[in-house]
Amino acid sequence: MTPAQAELSGRLLPILGPNGVITDPVRLRTYECDGLTYHRATPAIVVLPETAEQVAAVVRVCDETGTPFVARGSGTGLSGGALPRADGVLIVTSRMRRIIEIDVDNRRAVVEPGVTNLAISEAARPYGYYYAPDPSSQQVCSIGGNIAENSGGAHCLKYGFTVNHVLALELVTPDGEIVQLDAMDPGYDLLGAFIGSEGTLGIATKITVRLSRAPEVVTTLLAAFRDVESGGRAVSAIIGAGIVPAAIEMMDALAIEAAEAAVRCEYPAGAGAVLIVELDGPEAEVAHQFARVEALCRETGAFELRIADDPAERAAIWKGRKSAFAAVGRISPAYLVQDGVVPRTALPKVLAGIEELSARYGIRVANVFHAGDGNLHPLVLFDDAEEGAGERAERVSGEILDLCIAHGGSITGEHGVGVDKSRYMPKMFTPEDLDTMQLVRCAFDPKNLSNPGKIFPTPRLCGEAPGVRKGVHPLVASGEAELF
Amino acid sequence: MNPELINDCVHCGFCLPACPTYTLWGEEMDSPRGRIHLMKQYVEGTALTPEMAGHFDACLGCMACVSACPSGVQYDRLIESARAEVERVHRRPVADRAFRALVFGLFPYPRRLRALRLPLRLGERLTPRLRPLLERLDPRLAAMAELAPPVTRRVRLPRRVAARGERRATVGVLTGCVQGEFFPGVNAATVRVLAMEGCEVVIPPGQGCCGALSVHSGRAEEAAGFARRTIETFERAGVDTVIVNAAGCGSSTKEYAELLAADPAWAARARALRFADLAEFLAELGPVAERHPLPVTVAYHDACHLAHAQGIRAQPRALLATIPGLRLREVPDAAMCCGSAGTYNLFQPLAARDLGDRKAEQVLSVGADLLVSANPGCTMQIAAAARRRGERIRVAHTAEVLDASLRGLPPTTLGRAREHTSGPTSAERAQ
Repeated sequence: MTPAQAELSGRLLPILGPNGVITDPVRLRTYECDGLTYHRATPAIVVLPETAEQVAAVVRVCDETGTPFVARGSGTGLSGGALPRADGVLIVTSRMRRIIEIDVDNRRAVVEPGVTNLAISEAARPYGYYYAPDPSSQQVCSIGGNIAENSGGAHCLKYGFTVNHVLALELVTPDGEIVQLDAMDPGYDLLGAFIGSEGTLGIATKITVRLSRAPEVVTTLLAAFRDVESGGRAVSAIIGAGIVPAAIEMMDALAIEAAEAAVRCEYPAGAGAVLIVELDGPEAEVAHQFARVEALCRETGAFELRIADDPAERAAIWKGRKSAFAAVGRISPAYLVQDGVVPRTALPKVLAGIEELSARYGIRVANVFHAGDGNLHPLVLFDDAEEGAGERAERVSGEILDLCIAHGGSITGEHGVGVDKSRYMPKMFTPEDLDTMQLVRCAFDPKNLSNPGKIFPTPRLCGEAPGVRKGVHPLVASGEAELF
Repeated sequence: MNPELINDCVHCGFCLPACPTYTLWGEEMDSPRGRIHLMKQYVEGTALTPEMAGHFDACLGCMACVSACPSGVQYDRLIESARAEVERVHRRPVADRAFRALVFGLFPYPRRLRALRLPLRLGERLTPRLRPLLERLDPRLAAMAELAPPVTRRVRLPRRVAARGERRATVGVLTGCVQGEFFPGVNAATVRVLAMEGCEVVIPPGQGCCGALSVHSGRAEEAAGFARRTIETFERAGVDTVIVNAAGCGSSTKEYAELLAADPAWAARARALRFADLAEFLAELGPVAERHPLPVTVAYHDACHLAHAQGIRAQPRALLATIPGLRLREVPDAAMCCGSAGTYNLFQPLAARDLGDRKAEQVLSVGADLLVSANPGCTMQIAAAARRRGERIRVAHTAEVLDASLRGLPPTTLGRAREHTSGPTSAERAQ
C-alpha cells in the first residue's frame, strides 16, 4: 500500500468497517473498467457503502483530502463514465439495493441507487405498474447509473428518458452534504441538471421514480426486409402516419447473425434487416394502429411479418434485440459500441455512409438501433490480436460520430459522453458553450473532485474566467495547481 | 485457464444479478465477471494470492451465469480449470487441507459412507447439544453435522428389473455415492418408475462415485479415475443409455468425453454411452403407465446442475403436470442457487447458510405441502434452512412423487418419512 492509500484507508475504515473498504491490489483491479473495457485505471481504494450517511462521510473525506472520487453502480456503462481514478476513491453502490417503498396510490417507488432497473419493474408488477425506461442492460444496470447517464432504452420513443421518470432525488453533493431535490420544487430545475450529469455533480443515494400503469394491450410485430433502406422507409412511413409506437427497433444482417449465434432468436432467414415495432395502450387504439403499421410495412417491402400477442412470443422477438450488444462477442473477438443520434430522415444517408467507412477501413460494422428516434448503435467489430485493428476500429467509430454531427445529430443518444467521447465535445460545442457547462459544474463541484476527467475534454480550472484560454494557466505555471 | 475462453467475456455484466455470491455481497470479485477478471490477471502473470484463491473457492459453480451470459462464455470450463490451478499451486492452511481430505476421502466412497451409518444414527440425538461446540471449533463441522440426513434402512436393489408390459427401452441406472447411501428410496423409486413406464432396468452392482464431487472441486485426475470406472461398469452391463437421477452427477457424466479428452480411446468410449437425466428421458419416452391422483401442492425447485448445467427445466415440470390432482407452484427467483452446490455447504458454510435461508423463505412463501427437486443436496439444504426458521418442509425427489402416483399411494407417504417408500422389498414389489 502506498502512503497515500494507507492514509486514506485509515480514514475510511472507521466509516465503513473492514468489509466495506478494498485495498488489496488484485481485488482493486477487478474494478479497473466498466462495460467499456478499452479504458482502464485501477482505483486507489474501493468503498462499498450501505447507507447515504456512509456515502456522505466518504465524500467528506475526499473533500478534505482533495481526493477525486468516482461513483459506480453495476459497472455496465458504455462510455467509461465509471472509469476509476488511479489516485482516487471508487464509491460502489452495489450494496445499496433496497427497494424502500412501492407507493401504488401515488404511482411512485422509492429505491436506493444500486437497485437494478428491472428490479423496480418486478417489484411494481404485482400492482399492475412498471418503470418505463428500459435500457437493454436493464436486468443488471443500476438505477443510480441510469440517473447519471439519463439512460434511455427501446421504449423511450413513446415514454421518454430517465429524466422524464424521476420525481425526486436524495443526493450527496461533492462537498459531502446530503440534499433533497424534488421535481415540484419551484425555481431552477436542478433535478434536470443533475440527471445525465454523469457523476460530475454528486452521487444519488435515494431515488423516487414514477411508476407507469402497465398498458392494457401490448402487441409486437417483427418485420423482415431485404435491406436496411426499405426498413428505414417503413420507419418513416409509420411515424409519418402519426403513429407513435412504444418502440421501433432495427437490426441489420450482421447484428441478426450475432443474435442468432447467441440466443437462437430465429428471425426470418434471408433478412437484410428486421424491424421490431411495438404498440401498446388501450385495446381498440392498438388494434387500429396495428392494422396501419402492418399495411405500411408490407407497402415498404416487408417479406415476412410475425405478430406476438402474448408475453412469451413477445419475449422471443425481443430476445435477439436485447442481447445484441453482448452477442456480437460470438462473431468478433472485440468490438466497440458506438452511440450516435441523427434526425430520422437522415438515417438512410448516414447508414450508407457507415457502410462506406466499413468498406474503406476493412472493419465490419453491425447496426442495431432505436430507429424511431434516430439513435444509432453501430457495433464496430475487430480482432484485438490483429496489429492496428484496434486503432482502425477507433477511427471508424470516431468517423461515424463525425457523420452524425454532419447530418445535424449528436455524439450520444443515451450512453453518455464519459471518458470515451469527451474529445468529440468540441466538435459539437463552441468553447463558450463548454465554458458555460463548466460554470454549472463548478457551482456544484468547485474543487473538481466528483468524477473529474469525464464529459469535458480539458476543462478549465474552476474560478477561471470563461473565454478562450491563452497559454498556460497562471496557477499551473506557478506550480500551485495541476490541470486535470 | 484458457486465455481464449477468458477473452470471450466482453465485461457486459449480465451475469451479475444471476450470481448468488454477488447477490449476497455485492462485490465485483465475487461475481462471474470479476472472477474471470482474476483469471485474466493470473494468466497475465499475477501470482495466485490467497485472496484470489478465496474468490474462486467462494464460487458455487451453480452455472446460473452460463444461462445468463449472452456472449456464450464457458464459465463452467473456466472455473473448473481455475480450481485445478488453485489445487496445483496454492497451499491451503492446515485446517483447510485436513477438512478437504476428510470430505474427498469419504463422500465418493459408498463403503466408507456405510461405515458412518452407526455413528450418524448415534449422533442424531447428540447433534443439537454438540452444535454450539462444533460451531466454535469450526463452522464447517457444524454444517456437516447439521446437514447429515436421517439414517434410513438400506435398500438392496436387484441387478435387473423387467419392464412392466411391453418393453420400450433398456437402460442402466447410476446409483451414485451419496444418493445411494443416504437416499436409497430415491434410487428404488427411479427403478420402479422406469420399469412401470416400460423400461428394462439394469443396475450394475459395485458402482461408486461418478466423479462429480472431484471435478467440481478442481480434482480432475481423481475425477477421471471415477469416470473410467463408471464407464467400464456400464459397458460391462451391456447398456448404452444410463439414467441419472442426481443433477450434479447428470451434468458431470454428460461431460465425460471432455474430462477424458486427453485419451482419445477413453473419450470415444465416453461418447458411446448416453447419460440422461431421469426427467429428460421420461419426457422423451412419453407416459404410458396410469397416473393415480395425488392431491398435493408441490413447490418445484430447480437444481442448478439440472437447470443451468443441463438446461432441463421444462421436463420435470411437465412430468409433474401429468399427475392428476397435483398442483405445481413456482418458487420466486427460481434460478438462484440454494447454497448446497455439491460440497459447497461443507466448505463455505456461512455463505451456504445465507443462501439456504433466502431459498427457504421463498420456498415457504408459496405455501406448498411438498418441496420437490432432482438433487438430494438441494433438498437437504433447504430442509435444514427451514428447520433453522423453526418450520418443517417435506421434501421428495421427482422420482418419488411419480412413483407414488403410479402406485396409487397417498401423498402422506411422501417426504415425511422415507421408510414408507423405501422398504427393502419395495424395488422387487414393482416387478
